[in-house]
Amino acid sequence: MREIRSAEITEKVAKLAQEANFYLNDDLLNALDKAAEEEISEPGRYILEQIKENAQIAASENVPVCQDTGVAVVFIKIGNDVHLDGDLYEAIEAGIRKGYSEGYLRKSIVADPLSRQNTGDNTPAIIHTEIVPGDQLEIVIAPKGGGSENMSRITMLKPGDGKTGVKDFVIETIEKAGANACPPLVVGVGIGGNFEKSAYLAKKSLLRDLDDHHADPEIAKFEAELLEAINKTGIGPQGMGGRTTALAVKIEVFATHIAQLPVAVNLNCHAARHKKIII
Amino acid sequence: MHIKTPLAEKDLEKLKIGDRVLLSGTIYTARDAAHEKLVKLIEAGKDLPIPLSGQVIYYVGPAPAKPDKVIGSAGPTTSYRMDSFILPLLEKGLKGTIGKGPRSKIVREVMQNQQAVYFAAVGGAAALIARSIKKAEIVAYPELGPEAIRKLEVEEMPLIVVNDLAGNDLYQQGRTKYKID
Repeated sequence: MREIRSAEITEKVAKLAQEANFYLNDDLLNALDKAAEEEISEPGRYILEQIKENAQIAASENVPVCQDTGVAVVFIKIGNDVHLDGDLYEAIEAGIRKGYSEGYLRKSIVADPLSRQNTGDNTPAIIHTEIVPGDQLEIVIAPKGGGSENMSRITMLKPGDGKTGVKDFVIETIEKAGANACPPLVVGVGIGGNFEKSAYLAKKSLLRDLDDHHADPEIAKFEAELLEAINKTGIGPQGMGGRTTALAVKIEVFATHIAQLPVAVNLNCHAARHKKIII
Repeated sequence: MHIKTPLAEKDLEKLKIGDRVLLSGTIYTARDAAHEKLVKLIEAGKDLPIPLSGQVIYYVGPAPAKPDKVIGSAGPTTSYRMDSFILPLLEKGLKGTIGKGPRSKIVREVMQNQQAVYFAAVGGAAALIARSIKKAEIVAYPELGPEAIRKLEVEEMPLIVVNDLAGNDLYQQGRTKYKID
Protein backbone atom coordinates (compact mmCIF):
# COMPACT_ATOMS: atom_id res chain seq x y z
CA MET A 1 0.00 0.00 0.00
CA ARG A 2 1.39 3.39 -1.02
CA GLU A 3 0.25 6.60 0.63
CA ILE A 4 -0.49 9.64 -1.59
CA ARG A 5 -1.36 12.94 0.04
CA SER A 6 -4.38 14.92 -1.21
CA ALA A 7 -2.37 18.14 -0.94
CA GLU A 8 0.06 16.77 -3.50
CA ILE A 9 -2.79 15.87 -5.85
CA THR A 10 -4.25 19.37 -5.54
CA GLU A 11 -0.90 21.04 -6.29
CA LYS A 12 -0.23 18.83 -9.29
CA VAL A 13 -3.73 19.21 -10.72
CA ALA A 14 -3.46 23.02 -10.43
CA LYS A 15 -0.17 23.02 -12.33
CA LEU A 16 -1.40 20.54 -14.93
CA ALA A 17 -4.59 22.53 -15.60
CA GLN A 18 -2.46 25.55 -16.47
CA GLU A 19 0.04 23.62 -18.57
CA ALA A 20 -2.77 21.98 -20.53
CA ASN A 21 -4.13 25.41 -21.41
CA PHE A 22 -0.81 27.11 -22.16
CA TYR A 23 1.22 24.50 -24.05
CA LEU A 24 0.04 22.35 -26.94
CA ASN A 25 1.61 18.91 -27.22
CA ASP A 26 4.33 18.25 -29.81
CA ASP A 27 2.25 15.75 -31.79
CA LEU A 28 -0.38 18.44 -32.36
CA LEU A 29 2.18 21.12 -33.23
CA ASN A 30 3.79 18.75 -35.75
CA ALA A 31 0.40 17.98 -37.28
CA LEU A 32 -0.31 21.70 -37.64
CA ASP A 33 3.10 22.24 -39.30
CA LYS A 34 2.41 19.45 -41.75
CA ALA A 35 -1.08 20.78 -42.48
CA ALA A 36 0.26 24.29 -43.13
CA GLU A 37 2.75 22.85 -45.63
CA GLU A 38 0.22 20.70 -47.44
CA GLU A 39 -2.92 22.85 -47.41
CA ILE A 40 -3.75 24.01 -50.95
CA SER A 41 -6.26 26.69 -49.98
CA GLU A 42 -4.75 30.13 -49.53
CA PRO A 43 -7.10 31.22 -46.71
CA GLY A 44 -6.52 27.79 -45.19
CA ARG A 45 -2.77 28.30 -45.07
CA TYR A 46 -3.16 31.81 -43.64
CA ILE A 47 -5.39 30.46 -40.87
CA LEU A 48 -3.02 27.58 -40.07
CA GLU A 49 -0.14 30.06 -39.81
CA GLN A 50 -2.20 32.16 -37.35
CA ILE A 51 -2.97 29.05 -35.32
CA LYS A 52 0.74 28.13 -35.18
CA GLU A 53 1.78 31.66 -34.23
CA ASN A 54 -0.93 31.71 -31.58
CA ALA A 55 0.47 28.53 -30.03
CA GLN A 56 3.91 30.13 -29.84
CA ILE A 57 2.57 33.31 -28.23
CA ALA A 58 0.54 31.34 -25.68
CA ALA A 59 3.53 29.20 -24.73
CA SER A 60 5.96 32.11 -24.47
CA GLU A 61 3.61 34.33 -22.45
CA ASN A 62 2.06 31.54 -20.34
CA VAL A 63 -1.45 32.49 -21.42
CA PRO A 64 -4.19 30.17 -22.63
CA VAL A 65 -4.11 29.10 -26.27
CA CYS A 66 -7.86 29.70 -26.39
CA GLN A 67 -9.98 31.96 -24.18
CA ASP A 68 -12.34 29.03 -23.79
CA THR A 69 -10.36 27.15 -21.20
CA GLY A 70 -13.21 24.74 -21.11
CA VAL A 71 -14.77 22.25 -18.84
CA ALA A 72 -11.93 20.60 -16.96
CA VAL A 73 -12.28 16.96 -17.98
CA VAL A 74 -10.12 14.81 -15.71
CA PHE A 75 -9.26 11.17 -16.32
CA ILE A 76 -7.90 9.32 -13.32
CA LYS A 77 -6.31 5.90 -13.16
CA ILE A 78 -5.79 4.91 -9.58
CA GLY A 79 -3.83 1.84 -8.59
CA ASN A 80 -5.60 -0.44 -6.13
CA ASP A 81 -2.51 -0.34 -3.90
CA VAL A 82 -2.83 3.43 -3.42
CA HIS A 83 -4.07 4.83 -0.12
CA LEU A 84 -5.20 8.46 -0.01
CA ASP A 85 -5.28 10.62 3.13
CA GLY A 86 -8.44 12.40 1.99
CA ASP A 87 -11.18 12.59 -0.63
CA LEU A 88 -9.81 12.16 -4.18
CA TYR A 89 -12.60 14.20 -5.79
CA GLU A 90 -12.21 17.08 -3.34
CA ALA A 91 -8.46 17.11 -3.95
CA ILE A 92 -9.00 17.34 -7.71
CA GLU A 93 -11.68 20.04 -7.45
CA ALA A 94 -9.39 22.07 -5.20
CA GLY A 95 -6.65 21.75 -7.82
CA ILE A 96 -8.94 22.90 -10.62
CA ARG A 97 -10.09 25.85 -8.50
CA LYS A 98 -6.50 26.86 -7.73
CA GLY A 99 -5.19 26.27 -11.26
CA TYR A 100 -7.96 28.23 -12.98
CA SER A 101 -7.76 31.09 -10.51
CA GLU A 102 -3.98 31.47 -10.31
CA GLY A 103 -3.51 30.80 -14.02
CA TYR A 104 -5.96 33.53 -15.11
CA LEU A 105 -8.00 30.91 -16.93
CA ARG A 106 -11.61 31.64 -17.83
CA LYS A 107 -14.32 30.38 -15.50
CA SER A 108 -16.86 28.87 -17.85
CA ILE A 109 -19.02 26.69 -15.64
CA VAL A 110 -22.58 27.49 -14.56
CA ALA A 111 -23.90 25.64 -11.51
CA ASP A 112 -27.27 24.80 -12.97
CA PRO A 113 -27.90 24.26 -16.69
CA LEU A 114 -31.22 26.14 -16.56
CA SER A 115 -30.76 28.98 -14.05
CA ARG A 116 -27.12 29.44 -15.23
CA GLN A 117 -25.20 31.11 -12.38
CA ASN A 118 -21.43 30.98 -12.95
CA THR A 119 -19.71 29.03 -10.16
CA GLY A 120 -16.80 31.46 -10.41
CA ASP A 121 -14.01 28.89 -10.11
CA ASN A 122 -14.58 26.53 -13.07
CA THR A 123 -15.67 23.70 -10.84
CA PRO A 124 -17.12 21.16 -10.82
CA ALA A 125 -14.78 19.28 -13.11
CA ILE A 126 -15.98 16.23 -15.01
CA ILE A 127 -14.01 13.40 -13.44
CA HIS A 128 -13.71 9.87 -14.84
CA THR A 129 -12.03 7.29 -12.63
CA GLU A 130 -10.67 3.87 -13.40
CA ILE A 131 -9.23 1.46 -10.87
CA VAL A 132 -6.16 -0.36 -12.16
CA PRO A 133 -3.52 -2.69 -10.70
CA GLY A 134 -0.48 -1.07 -9.09
CA ASP A 135 0.39 1.75 -6.70
CA GLN A 136 0.40 4.78 -8.98
CA LEU A 137 -2.03 7.58 -9.68
CA GLU A 138 -2.30 8.81 -13.27
CA ILE A 139 -4.01 12.14 -13.90
CA VAL A 140 -4.91 13.47 -17.33
CA ILE A 141 -6.48 16.91 -17.71
CA ALA A 142 -8.22 17.66 -20.99
CA PRO A 143 -9.85 21.10 -21.03
CA LYS A 144 -12.73 20.94 -23.51
CA GLY A 145 -14.18 24.04 -25.13
CA GLY A 146 -17.84 24.67 -25.85
CA GLY A 147 -17.69 25.26 -29.61
CA SER A 148 -16.59 21.80 -30.64
CA GLU A 149 -18.44 20.02 -27.82
CA ASN A 150 -21.71 21.62 -28.99
CA MET A 151 -21.23 20.06 -32.43
CA SER A 152 -20.62 16.54 -31.08
CA ARG A 153 -23.33 13.92 -31.62
CA ILE A 154 -24.45 10.46 -30.62
CA THR A 155 -26.75 8.00 -32.38
CA MET A 156 -28.05 4.46 -31.94
CA LEU A 157 -27.66 2.81 -35.35
CA LYS A 158 -29.13 -0.53 -36.32
CA PRO A 159 -26.60 -3.39 -36.41
CA GLY A 160 -27.35 -3.75 -40.12
CA ASP A 161 -26.17 -0.19 -40.77
CA GLY A 162 -22.63 -1.45 -40.22
CA LYS A 163 -19.48 0.43 -41.19
CA THR A 164 -21.25 2.39 -43.89
CA GLY A 165 -23.78 3.68 -41.37
CA VAL A 166 -20.97 4.70 -39.01
CA LYS A 167 -19.10 6.48 -41.78
CA ASP A 168 -22.20 8.33 -42.96
CA PHE A 169 -22.96 9.49 -39.41
CA VAL A 170 -19.40 10.72 -38.86
CA ILE A 171 -19.35 12.66 -42.14
CA GLU A 172 -22.79 14.12 -41.50
CA THR A 173 -21.62 15.27 -38.06
CA ILE A 174 -18.55 16.98 -39.54
CA GLU A 175 -20.61 18.64 -42.29
CA LYS A 176 -23.20 19.93 -39.84
CA ALA A 177 -20.46 21.23 -37.55
CA GLY A 178 -18.70 23.10 -40.36
CA ALA A 179 -16.86 26.16 -39.10
CA ASN A 180 -18.55 26.06 -35.69
CA ALA A 181 -16.34 23.33 -34.27
CA CYS A 182 -13.15 25.28 -35.13
CA PRO A 183 -11.51 23.01 -37.71
CA PRO A 184 -9.00 21.55 -38.32
CA LEU A 185 -10.49 19.02 -35.95
CA VAL A 186 -9.39 16.02 -34.01
CA VAL A 187 -12.29 13.58 -34.31
CA GLY A 188 -12.99 11.03 -31.58
CA VAL A 189 -15.36 8.19 -32.45
CA GLY A 190 -16.74 5.71 -29.94
CA ILE A 191 -18.40 2.65 -31.46
CA GLY A 192 -20.25 0.03 -29.44
CA GLY A 193 -20.86 -0.42 -25.73
CA ASN A 194 -24.16 1.27 -24.96
CA PHE A 195 -25.45 4.85 -24.99
CA GLU A 196 -23.11 6.38 -22.40
CA LYS A 197 -20.19 4.03 -23.05
CA SER A 198 -19.92 5.11 -26.69
CA ALA A 199 -19.74 8.78 -25.63
CA TYR A 200 -17.07 7.95 -23.05
CA LEU A 201 -15.04 6.04 -25.65
CA ALA A 202 -15.27 8.93 -28.11
CA LYS A 203 -14.02 11.38 -25.48
CA LYS A 204 -11.26 9.05 -24.35
CA SER A 205 -10.02 8.47 -27.88
CA LEU A 206 -9.18 12.19 -28.07
CA LEU A 207 -6.39 11.59 -25.56
CA ARG A 208 -4.44 9.36 -27.92
CA ASP A 209 -1.26 10.58 -29.57
CA LEU A 210 -2.14 11.99 -32.98
CA ASP A 211 0.55 9.89 -34.66
CA ASP A 212 -0.41 6.56 -33.15
CA HIS A 213 -2.28 3.78 -34.90
CA HIS A 214 -5.02 1.70 -33.36
CA ALA A 215 -3.75 -1.71 -32.23
CA ASP A 216 -6.41 -3.44 -34.34
CA PRO A 217 -5.32 -3.04 -38.01
CA GLU A 218 -8.95 -3.04 -39.20
CA ILE A 219 -9.81 -0.14 -36.89
CA ALA A 220 -6.59 1.65 -37.87
CA LYS A 221 -7.65 1.29 -41.52
CA PHE A 222 -11.11 2.64 -40.71
CA GLU A 223 -9.54 5.66 -38.98
CA ALA A 224 -7.53 6.41 -42.11
CA GLU A 225 -10.60 5.93 -44.33
CA LEU A 226 -12.67 8.32 -42.24
CA LEU A 227 -9.89 10.93 -42.19
CA GLU A 228 -9.66 10.82 -45.96
CA ALA A 229 -13.43 11.17 -46.35
CA ILE A 230 -13.58 14.06 -43.87
CA ASN A 231 -10.85 15.91 -45.74
CA LYS A 232 -12.83 15.62 -48.97
CA THR A 233 -15.71 17.68 -47.55
CA GLY A 234 -13.92 20.91 -48.51
CA ILE A 235 -14.71 22.54 -45.15
CA GLY A 236 -11.06 23.28 -44.42
CA PRO A 237 -9.40 25.36 -41.69
CA GLN A 238 -12.05 27.43 -39.87
CA GLY A 239 -14.59 26.30 -42.47
CA MET A 240 -13.36 28.76 -45.08
CA GLY A 241 -12.54 26.08 -47.61
CA GLY A 242 -9.61 23.69 -47.88
CA ARG A 243 -8.41 20.14 -47.53
CA THR A 244 -7.47 20.16 -43.85
CA THR A 245 -10.79 19.65 -42.12
CA ALA A 246 -9.39 17.14 -39.64
CA LEU A 247 -5.87 16.40 -38.41
CA ALA A 248 -6.71 12.94 -37.12
CA VAL A 249 -9.52 10.49 -36.48
CA LYS A 250 -9.35 8.22 -33.44
CA ILE A 251 -11.73 5.31 -32.93
CA GLU A 252 -12.33 3.24 -29.84
CA VAL A 253 -14.62 0.22 -29.85
CA PHE A 254 -16.30 -1.92 -27.20
CA ALA A 255 -18.53 -5.00 -27.10
CA THR A 256 -22.19 -4.23 -27.60
CA HIS A 257 -25.70 -5.72 -27.49
CA ILE A 258 -27.02 -7.90 -30.34
CA ALA A 259 -29.66 -5.23 -31.07
CA GLN A 260 -27.35 -2.22 -30.94
CA LEU A 261 -24.73 -0.20 -32.78
CA PRO A 262 -24.16 2.97 -30.74
CA VAL A 263 -21.91 5.61 -32.32
CA ALA A 264 -20.68 8.78 -30.65
CA VAL A 265 -18.65 11.46 -32.40
CA ASN A 266 -16.82 13.82 -30.08
CA LEU A 267 -15.28 16.68 -32.00
CA ASN A 268 -12.25 18.52 -30.73
CA CYS A 269 -11.20 21.87 -32.13
CA HIS A 270 -7.60 22.36 -33.29
CA ALA A 271 -6.70 23.28 -29.71
CA ALA A 272 -6.81 19.60 -28.73
CA ARG A 273 -5.45 20.03 -25.22
CA HIS A 274 -4.44 17.37 -22.73
CA LYS A 275 -1.61 16.82 -20.27
CA LYS A 276 -0.75 13.81 -18.17
CA ILE A 277 1.20 13.16 -15.00
CA ILE A 278 1.84 10.07 -12.95
CA ILE A 279 2.24 10.33 -9.20
CA MET B 1 -7.00 46.25 -45.90
CA HIS B 2 -7.21 48.65 -42.95
CA ILE B 3 -10.60 49.83 -41.71
CA LYS B 4 -11.75 51.82 -38.72
CA THR B 5 -14.81 51.93 -36.50
CA PRO B 6 -17.43 53.30 -36.58
CA LEU B 7 -17.81 51.63 -39.96
CA ALA B 8 -18.42 54.03 -42.84
CA GLU B 9 -20.60 53.08 -45.78
CA LYS B 10 -17.77 53.60 -48.26
CA ASP B 11 -15.57 51.16 -46.32
CA LEU B 12 -18.32 48.57 -46.04
CA GLU B 13 -18.96 48.72 -49.78
CA LYS B 14 -15.35 47.83 -50.52
CA LEU B 15 -15.36 44.64 -48.46
CA LYS B 16 -15.63 41.33 -50.30
CA ILE B 17 -15.76 37.85 -48.84
CA GLY B 18 -12.32 36.38 -48.17
CA ASP B 19 -10.76 39.85 -47.72
CA ARG B 20 -8.31 40.07 -44.87
CA VAL B 21 -9.07 43.11 -42.80
CA LEU B 22 -7.12 44.83 -40.04
CA LEU B 23 -9.70 46.56 -37.86
CA SER B 24 -8.88 49.50 -35.58
CA GLY B 25 -10.99 51.60 -33.22
CA THR B 26 -13.63 50.97 -30.59
CA ILE B 27 -15.63 47.72 -30.57
CA TYR B 28 -17.95 46.16 -27.97
CA THR B 29 -18.07 42.59 -26.68
CA ALA B 30 -21.25 40.65 -26.05
CA ARG B 31 -22.30 37.03 -26.04
CA ASP B 32 -25.40 35.02 -25.12
CA ALA B 33 -26.33 36.47 -21.72
CA ALA B 34 -25.57 40.10 -22.65
CA HIS B 35 -27.53 39.79 -25.89
CA GLU B 36 -30.56 38.58 -24.00
CA LYS B 37 -30.37 41.66 -21.79
CA LEU B 38 -29.87 44.09 -24.70
CA VAL B 39 -32.84 42.68 -26.59
CA LYS B 40 -35.05 42.95 -23.49
CA LEU B 41 -34.09 46.64 -23.16
CA ILE B 42 -34.92 47.27 -26.82
CA GLU B 43 -38.27 45.49 -26.46
CA ALA B 44 -39.05 47.64 -23.40
CA GLY B 45 -38.09 50.79 -25.30
CA LYS B 46 -35.29 51.59 -22.84
CA ASP B 47 -31.82 53.08 -23.42
CA LEU B 48 -28.96 50.70 -24.16
CA PRO B 49 -25.66 50.72 -22.26
CA ILE B 50 -23.71 50.88 -25.55
CA PRO B 51 -24.17 52.71 -28.86
CA LEU B 52 -25.11 50.57 -31.87
CA SER B 53 -25.23 52.91 -34.85
CA GLY B 54 -22.25 52.15 -37.10
CA GLN B 55 -20.75 49.95 -34.39
CA VAL B 56 -19.19 46.50 -34.29
CA ILE B 57 -19.93 43.76 -31.71
CA TYR B 58 -17.32 41.07 -31.04
CA TYR B 59 -18.68 37.75 -29.78
CA VAL B 60 -16.11 36.95 -27.12
CA GLY B 61 -15.82 36.00 -23.49
CA PRO B 62 -12.17 36.76 -22.76
CA ALA B 63 -9.95 35.00 -20.27
CA PRO B 64 -9.05 37.17 -17.24
CA ALA B 65 -6.18 39.63 -17.74
CA LYS B 66 -2.87 38.84 -16.09
CA PRO B 67 -1.62 41.77 -13.98
CA ASP B 68 0.67 43.06 -16.75
CA LYS B 69 -1.93 42.83 -19.53
CA VAL B 70 -5.10 44.66 -20.55
CA ILE B 71 -6.99 41.46 -21.35
CA GLY B 72 -6.54 37.71 -21.37
CA SER B 73 -6.77 35.49 -24.44
CA ALA B 74 -9.74 36.67 -26.47
CA GLY B 75 -10.76 34.65 -29.51
CA PRO B 76 -14.23 34.54 -31.06
CA THR B 77 -17.07 32.35 -29.85
CA THR B 78 -19.56 30.62 -32.18
CA SER B 79 -21.92 33.15 -33.73
CA TYR B 80 -25.05 31.08 -34.42
CA ARG B 81 -26.00 31.31 -30.75
CA MET B 82 -26.49 35.06 -31.22
CA ASP B 83 -28.61 34.67 -34.37
CA SER B 84 -31.84 34.71 -32.39
CA PHE B 85 -30.91 38.07 -30.83
CA ILE B 86 -29.23 40.03 -33.60
CA LEU B 87 -32.19 41.32 -35.65
CA PRO B 88 -33.25 44.17 -33.31
CA LEU B 89 -29.59 45.20 -32.98
CA LEU B 90 -29.22 45.42 -36.76
CA GLU B 91 -32.37 47.55 -36.88
CA LYS B 92 -30.70 49.89 -34.39
CA GLY B 93 -27.83 50.41 -36.85
CA LEU B 94 -25.27 47.75 -35.88
CA LYS B 95 -22.96 47.49 -38.90
CA GLY B 96 -20.66 44.63 -38.10
CA THR B 97 -20.26 41.54 -36.00
CA ILE B 98 -17.18 39.42 -35.34
CA GLY B 99 -17.38 35.75 -34.46
CA LYS B 100 -16.85 32.35 -35.99
CA GLY B 101 -19.12 30.00 -37.89
CA PRO B 102 -22.02 30.62 -40.26
CA ARG B 103 -25.05 32.86 -39.71
CA SER B 104 -28.60 31.70 -40.35
CA LYS B 105 -30.28 32.49 -43.67
CA ILE B 106 -32.56 35.08 -42.07
CA VAL B 107 -29.65 36.84 -40.36
CA ARG B 108 -27.74 36.94 -43.66
CA GLU B 109 -30.76 38.45 -45.40
CA VAL B 110 -31.34 41.07 -42.73
CA MET B 111 -27.61 41.93 -42.64
CA GLN B 112 -27.75 42.54 -46.36
CA ASN B 113 -30.92 44.63 -46.09
CA GLN B 114 -29.41 46.70 -43.30
CA GLN B 115 -26.03 46.87 -45.08
CA ALA B 116 -24.06 45.18 -42.35
CA VAL B 117 -21.13 42.78 -42.65
CA TYR B 118 -19.99 39.73 -40.72
CA PHE B 119 -16.34 39.09 -40.00
CA ALA B 120 -14.65 35.97 -38.71
CA ALA B 121 -11.67 36.04 -36.41
CA VAL B 122 -9.69 32.80 -36.27
CA GLY B 123 -11.28 30.66 -33.58
CA GLY B 124 -8.70 29.52 -31.07
CA ALA B 125 -6.15 32.17 -32.09
CA ALA B 126 -7.00 33.85 -28.82
CA ALA B 127 -3.54 34.82 -27.57
CA LEU B 128 -2.67 36.31 -30.96
CA ILE B 129 -5.91 38.29 -31.16
CA ALA B 130 -5.42 39.61 -27.60
CA ARG B 131 -2.27 41.38 -28.81
CA SER B 132 -4.40 43.66 -30.99
CA ILE B 133 -6.53 44.73 -28.00
CA LYS B 134 -4.99 47.85 -26.46
CA LYS B 135 -7.65 48.79 -23.91
CA ALA B 136 -10.51 46.93 -22.27
CA GLU B 137 -13.13 48.27 -19.92
CA ILE B 138 -16.33 46.67 -18.60
CA VAL B 139 -19.21 48.99 -19.50
CA ALA B 140 -22.23 46.86 -18.59
CA TYR B 141 -23.30 43.75 -16.66
CA PRO B 142 -20.11 43.12 -14.65
CA GLU B 143 -22.02 40.38 -12.80
CA LEU B 144 -21.83 38.28 -15.97
CA GLY B 145 -18.06 37.82 -15.54
CA PRO B 146 -16.59 36.72 -18.88
CA GLU B 147 -19.96 37.55 -20.48
CA ALA B 148 -19.97 41.22 -19.34
CA ILE B 149 -20.06 43.86 -22.08
CA ARG B 150 -16.61 45.31 -22.62
CA LYS B 151 -15.55 48.32 -24.60
CA LEU B 152 -12.35 47.44 -26.43
CA GLU B 153 -9.85 49.61 -28.25
CA VAL B 154 -8.31 47.49 -30.99
CA GLU B 155 -5.41 48.11 -33.32
CA GLU B 156 -5.14 46.08 -36.50
CA MET B 157 -7.25 43.22 -35.28
CA PRO B 158 -6.93 40.47 -37.93
CA LEU B 159 -10.28 39.51 -39.45
CA ILE B 160 -11.66 37.84 -42.56
CA VAL B 161 -14.84 39.01 -44.31
CA VAL B 162 -17.41 36.17 -44.31
CA ASN B 163 -20.62 37.95 -45.37
CA ASP B 164 -20.38 41.06 -47.53
CA LEU B 165 -22.97 43.59 -48.66
CA ALA B 166 -23.58 41.67 -51.88
CA GLY B 167 -24.92 38.76 -49.82
CA ASN B 168 -22.01 36.38 -50.48
CA ASP B 169 -21.00 33.76 -47.91
CA LEU B 170 -17.39 32.65 -47.59
CA TYR B 171 -18.25 29.41 -45.77
CA GLN B 172 -20.54 28.24 -48.56
CA GLN B 173 -18.23 29.28 -51.37
CA GLY B 174 -15.09 27.95 -49.68
CA ARG B 175 -16.56 24.55 -49.02
CA THR B 176 -17.91 24.21 -52.58
CA LYS B 177 -14.56 25.19 -54.03
CA TYR B 178 -12.54 22.55 -52.20
CA LYS B 179 -15.07 19.71 -51.97
CA ILE B 180 -14.07 16.45 -53.69
CA ASP B 181 -16.99 14.28 -54.80
